[in-house]
Amino acid sequence: MASVLTVRELRKFYPKVKAVNGVSFEVEEGQCLGLLGPNGAGKSTTIEMLEGLVKPTSGEILYRGKTLDANYRERVGMQFQHTALQDFLTVRENLDFFRSLYQRTMPLDQLIEACHLEDYLDRDHRKLSGGQRQRMLLAIALVNDPDLVFLDEPTTGLDPQARRNFWELVRSVKARGTTVVLTTHYMEEAYLLCDDIAIMDHGRVIARGSPQNLLTEHFNDSVLELPAAEVAGRQIDLPLVHKEDRVEILSSDVNVAVRKLLDAGLSLAQLKIRPRTLEDLFIQLTGKELRA
Amino acid sequence: MSKRLFAMVKARILEVLRDRSALAWNFLFAPLLVIGMATVFSGGAQTVAKVGVIGDAPLTAQTNAFLGTPAVSFYQETDPEKAIAKVQRQRIDMLLDLRSRPARYWVNSESAKGSLLQKILLSTESGAQEQPVTGARIRYSDWLVPGLLSLNIMFSSLFAIGHVIVRYRKSGYLKRLNGTPLRAFEFISAQLLACLILMVVVSGGIFTACNLLLHLRMEGSYFNLLLVAALGSMTMIAMSLLVAARVSSEELSGGLLNLISWPMLVLSGVFFSLDGAPAFVQTISQLFPLTHMLEAARAVMLDGAGLADIAKPLAVMTAMTALFLALGASSFRWTQD
Repeated sequence: MASVLTVRELRKFYPKVKAVNGVSFEVEEGQCLGLLGPNGAGKSTTIEMLEGLVKPTSGEILYRGKTLDANYRERVGMQFQHTALQDFLTVRENLDFFRSLYQRTMPLDQLIEACHLEDYLDRDHRKLSGGQRQRMLLAIALVNDPDLVFLDEPTTGLDPQARRNFWELVRSVKARGTTVVLTTHYMEEAYLLCDDIAIMDHGRVIARGSPQNLLTEHFNDSVLELPAAEVAGRQIDLPLVHKEDRVEILSSDVNVAVRKLLDAGLSLAQLKIRPRTLEDLFIQLTGKELRA
Repeated sequence: MSKRLFAMVKARILEVLRDRSALAWNFLFAPLLVIGMATVFSGGAQTVAKVGVIGDAPLTAQTNAFLGTPAVSFYQETDPEKAIAKVQRQRIDMLLDLRSRPARYWVNSESAKGSLLQKILLSTESGAQEQPVTGARIRYSDWLVPGLLSLNIMFSSLFAIGHVIVRYRKSGYLKRLNGTPLRAFEFISAQLLACLILMVVVSGGIFTACNLLLHLRMEGSYFNLLLVAALGSMTMIAMSLLVAARVSSEELSGGLLNLISWPMLVLSGVFFSLDGAPAFVQTISQLFPLTHMLEAARAVMLDGAGLADIAKPLAVMTAMTALFLALGASSFRWTQD
């Protein structure tokens, strides 16, 4: 598969901070790459360099094998973490305005349908709900029918329903063959949408691969969860991890672990057994809890 | 509530203290501006009238008792013809020729200050002979209105565009635009054009309303006046674009725009003529676009000047516009630091 973006030894140093310190990866045509990392890991700086908005201190970014030029912005779409628009404009006027900035554009009707904006077209954009606003911003990112779209934490702050609706939109964007680069704090989002994941910390990529491969590569155990009260005061021959009101037991052999719990006289009525998740991997690699 | 109030006050103070540019404006530039203005106008007691004097003798009471009149500013005039025109336009309140005996003087019969000065002069030198001021006498309002219209253009152009761009930058809207193929020069030009259109329409409306109410004197062509207004607006807008090219703080942009606009307001001859002002003040005034816009507008409205007559101020404003736009576009920044 052809690479849409090639990133080599990308660095961005500010006077007191090394925001990005030697990042390299490739993004293949039609794929969705997820950039994950704790706050300050360098995700946003990386994506801003990929968007062509921030000049790297050193390193190379190639779009379809060529360095970024004036035509690049004609070919890419972007949705920022925080996007301000001109006051007093309706959704339709904003779409029209941004469409007028590009040579190649997606037909307005198609854009409206793709992002489900039919009911809000003539509403002042400042009066949209969070989910409606993100859909409008995605539509703006798509006005030029881009080959490559950057989505920087597009679902942060949305309620679960709106987030899931937005995921459907991203899936439909992918289905059109558009390449997506996504940063997110939501591991479920990354797991469901991304074909490839790069976990960043301290300005570097510390793990890279498909979500499933990353989990297989780093874990060979499952997690058994019990209420903390159930375990309290019992002698159990298993490594326990205490987490607020619950206890986690990590085991590569669930049968053996369950047998030991039964031997300790525990009731397993509230036992939950789950496979390892991206969130576990994230915490293991970065040592940091996720924050939305 | 008091807890919230305290927290808000504290947060705001911290914000101001940490915004070094705004802090510099509040604690450095503003006092400098006040000191500068005070220095420029520290000419002793406030003057209420201005008299041009033809003649080489020192402008003291020993030369002529009238020259000792308090609260009246006397200065030397060398060109009688131009000086008489100034009386006609009420740029000065009286012209006195001490070369002849008895002395001759010119006043504008429309000027109250002129009448007062005439009585004072005749009380000290009863033989002084009044000379006719030929041509139509110009009311103070005729002289003032072009200044007020120009002032309106200046404030509207400077603050409308400057603040908007800073707000766009601060809110991240400029960053979003930077993600499109739009170029800095295109953005700046679009802002200039939009503002220019609004400015010409609004100024045209104000002029029409003033004309209906005050029956303004209009000796020249409306097209020439429109050209002056449009070019003057462009110069002011370009100046504002230059100020807003990099700034991200509304406090700083407001301060900088005030720093520019207030000296122009005072030193461009909107409310009073700079005749007789110190040479350095007159030199500084030539650096301000408002001075040139005003000079051209008054020439068109009061003297019926044609394009050739106002070529110099038009050329200066064109050059200033080109310079400000070039500097603004080259230093333009889409995002905050």
